Amino acid sequence: MDYQYTLLILCLPIVSFLILGIGGKWLSHKAAGLIGTLSIGTVAVLSYYTAFHYFAERGADGTFASIVPINFEWLPFYVGNLHFDMGILLDPISVMMLIVISTVSLMVHIYSFGYMHGERGFQRYYAFLSLFTMSMLGLVVATNIFQMYMFWELVGVCSYLLIGFYFTEKPAIAASKKAFIVTRFADLGFLVGILVFGYYTGSFSFDFTENFQYAAGALHGVAPDAAKAIAAGGFILPTALFLMFIGGAGKSAMFPLHIWLPDAMEGPTPVSALIHAATMVVAGVFQVARMFPMWIQYAPETLHYVAWIGAFTAFYAAAVACAQSDIKRVLAFSTISQIAFMMVALGVCTEMTTGHEHVGSVGYMASMFHLFTHAMFKATLFLCAGCIIHAVHSNEMSAMGGMRKYMPVTNWTFLIATLAISGIPPFSGFFSKDEILSASFAYSPVMGWVMTGIAAMTAFYMFRVYYGIFWGTENKQLHEELKAHGHFGEAPLVMTAPLVLLTLFTVFCGWALPGSFGSFVSADGQAYNIHLDPQIAITSVVIACISIGLATWIYIRSSQPVAERLKAAMPHLHEWAYRRFYIDEIYQFVTHRIIFAYISRPIAWFDRHVVDGTLNGLASGANYVGESIRPLQSGRLQQYAYVFLLGVVVLFFIMII
Amino acid sequence: MIQIEYILIVSAVMMFAGIFGFFTRRSTLAILLSIELMLNATDLNFAVINRLMHTGGHEGYFFTLFSIAISAAESAVAIAIMINIYRQLKDTTADKLSKLKW
Repeated sequence: MDYQYTLLILCLPIVSFLILGIGGKWLSHKAAGLIGTLSIGTVAVLSYYTAFHYFAERGADGTFASIVPINFEWLPFYVGNLHFDMGILLDPISVMMLIVISTVSLMVHIYSFGYMHGERGFQRYYAFLSLFTMSMLGLVVATNIFQMYMFWELVGVCSYLLIGFYFTEKPAIAASKKAFIVTRFADLGFLVGILVFGYYTGSFSFDFTENFQYAAGALHGVAPDAAKAIAAGGFILPTALFLMFIGGAGKSAMFPLHIWLPDAMEGPTPVSALIHAATMVVAGVFQVARMFPMWIQYAPETLHYVAWIGAFTAFYAAAVACAQSDIKRVLAFSTISQIAFMMVALGVCTEMTTGHEHVGSVGYMASMFHLFTHAMFKATLFLCAGCIIHAVHSNEMSAMGGMRKYMPVTNWTFLIATLAISGIPPFSGFFSKDEILSASFAYSPVMGWVMTGIAAMTAFYMFRVYYGIFWGTENKQLHEELKAHGHFGEAPLVMTAPLVLLTLFTVFCGWALPGSFGSFVSADGQAYNIHLDPQIAITSVVIACISIGLATWIYIRSSQPVAERLKAAMPHLHEWAYRRFYIDEIYQFVTHRIIFAYISRPIAWFDRHVVDGTLNGLASGANYVGESIRPLQSGRLQQYAYVFLLGVVVLFFIMII
Repeated sequence: MIQIEYILIVSAVMMFAGIFGFFTRRSTLAILLSIELMLNATDLNFAVINRLMHTGGHEGYFFTLFSIAISAAESAVAIAIMINIYRQLKDTTADKLSKLKW
């Protein structure tokens, strides 16, 4: 099978970006939207076609081959034979990501017709969406870590541009800058990691066989630079991989670099669905998965640190999500928590082989599976939230309540996605979460119980927000007012259709895939049949049901005495959680009070007084000298002649002597 | 025949009178006159020294002729400039002509 055409998957969105970006001014909203949507639609068709063909052929050894249809050397580094390639790599996880990105992106493109209707900058919006889709697709099909880094930065730029889409509003500007600076700061770690990795392993490529040979050869003293390779095997590679993980942690909002994601909700809601829930924020997970063979081979202990960082992040975000009142914030924190689940799943892996006896690598499959299902149900949740915000013009739960009567389709899709994220069978989230839990239990019971507890919290806060929107205390006054204006009720078909389609994925992709997800994606490529561990599955479902029951008991009624009493009983805890445990304030303190005051200010003083002072001194010195010799040029002819005469006399005497 | 030293004394007097005039007079016309005086002193020297050192030769006289021609041209140009300056500034005092100083 020839996969040359996959280049089109990258080219079509960039073409539509250029058309919309340059010619958008002269296009009507409808034409601009159609151009963007058509190009993404074609990309989606091509992606499904690619996936269909790719997964149809299994190699002789039972794995799916890694195919590189295009790869060319772009820039040589002139150091140690390193070069920067550009190309396309098709392997199970990249093909899976093609499906995820193109599906969610297409849904968001269609949905935005309704959501962004009549908005100023509609063409610009679609141009950025196209650019983002291209960058994200480029990121997942990268053949080497450097190409990945390039597209990684591009998605960061797109995220910045789209968060700051409403660039006349202060919070949006601040949020976009915050997102860009925090992720850029983390990406510094990524870049250093890449360079260290490349220097010590002699390759940027994702084809690690060469790296393994390099290191193995070093042990027998035949590698070109044995000392370098031995150092790499010891502590260099874990360091390099962890530095790369810091970049991934920035993108994937791992604690303590998560602070940008909740603020990123200032962007348009479809953007939050596409970038800050389904695709870009999982880039960190994808990066760790890409480097997985290296992690397992050279840095297994460090990988477990990643797991614990993920577990802490999951807990922290779940705790904060329980107290937020802005529905997009709740969803943002739940995204952080769910991505942390994926990180944990990767982090608890201990070996490469799958199979029934070896449970050490289930986490890899579970992580990718959860990435896939999460993208679908979280996009659904965000798009539902968009419909609701579109209806009530507010993000606060206090403006909602009782919405089930007005928005039946949104209600049902939101409920199904909520059930999926809570881990209730037969929805997709149950299967992926269950695999994560069994991987965690296989690693250590402590991790297993911690993750089960966090899964229970997930169910609780998701149902809290569900009841807060669709049941609970209705803001009748506001709803009557909105009804009087005549724009209140279910969103148009162009917005509800994507919801229903994504919900279908959520309902079916857990159990209806031919074989199962594990037969497509697994750590060593061998088909892995997902089988439920009854003990873990029953425990998690029972615990999830208990938390759902608890949330129902507390939040379903129109008055909520229990919630009020809980809040009154633990005012500090509620306040702390509502303020996100003051992490933003700590950052503010560290940056403003410590870094700015004690580092930046002295540096600024040095710059202003010493560096600038030297140059200003030079300039004023030259000025002074000029002023003082200026009278020589008096313009008086006879004075010049005197000087001339004086010179002649002096020369005369010199010659005589 | 007049002693050559006497003629040289005359030309030296003319030369220094020219230099003195050049530095002390404020009128550009007077300065031009002083320059002419210095040129005449050199012309005289050409002629006298030709007779002293190359008796029978004519090179010195020719140089004198050239010099006279050039100084005539030069004073014509200088006076033309002065007329223009006068038209512009209504003044030809050397001290006042400092517009092009920087």
